[in-house]
Amino acid sequence: MRRILQILGAAIVLGAVVTWLALGANRGWTKTTVPVKIVDEVTGLEGETYKDGFVPGVDFLAGAVLTGGLLAGVSLLFSRRTKTKS
Amino acid sequence: MKKQIATVLLASSFTFAALAESQTFDFKDPKGVNNAVFKLDAPLEAINGSANGISGSVNFDPENPGATKGKIVVATSSLHVPNPMMKEHLHSAQWLDVKQHEEITFEAKELKNVKTNGDKTTADAVGTLTLKGNTKDMTIPVTLTFLKDKLSLRVPNLNGDLLVIRSSFTINRSDFGINPGAPKDKVSEEIELTLSIAGAAAK
Repeated sequence: MRRILQILGAAIVLGAVVTWLALGANRGWTKTTVPVKIVDEVTGLEGETYKDGFVPGVDFLAGAVLTGGLLAGVSLLFSRRTKTKS
Repeated sequence: MKKQIATVLLASSFTFAALAESQTFDFKDPKGVNNAVFKLDAPLEAINGSANGISGSVNFDPENPGATKGKIVVATSSLHVPNPMMKEHLHSAQWLDVKQHEEITFEAKELKNVKTNGDKTTADAVGTLTLKGNTKDMTIPVTLTFLKDKLSLRVPNLNGDLLVIRSSFTINRSDFGINPGAPKDKVSEEIELTLSIAGAAAK
């Protein structure tokens, strides 16, 4: 159980870092919508509309690190299994 | 007596002509391009968002742009920021209180420092800004661009003119009771606003 929790914790942190890097390494807050620029050619006005899109930010990384750390901490509550020869 | 009647008739005809020239532009935008952008500085990243629930009307006379008057309305619930938690805070009672204050309005009462060059007019619009139930007199710089007979290019089968209004100005959060207790080193006191809108007057 101890090992499983540690592996799970590491996987969460690693997965979050990979996701964060793959989705643009945004150093701001997590976004669940992304702006799309629209231009009206007649008036020359530039507007903004939003479409659904996930851009993880530093809060996403912090959450993953916290969860990973928590799992690693909880894992310490389980005793290390020692193999005994019978 | 005849002279007096003639004077009154002449004055009336001038007034009527002036009224006839003034057009009412409707700023409800079916294309969704009209928008108000806002920006507040914050330590991690600036809070950027926009609102596209714009309506209102403006009376504009291309022969006398200085007489422009009108009211622009922004639906508070249309204010959007990309972070969902931030949006929830923005709409909450502490910030904009969207449930109680459904509209943000600017009513232009007169234009000052009017300069017209071709179809473009720059001026300072004197009026009142109402936000979160607080009304404040303000003078904001505006650029008006009159696009004669261009409505059909935007809305097929509908003839008329377009009026584009652009404005950028800054307001203070505390002047309008927008979370006045929020520390200024966490969220800036100043809110930068940029309005880019087009209104239509069908013929």
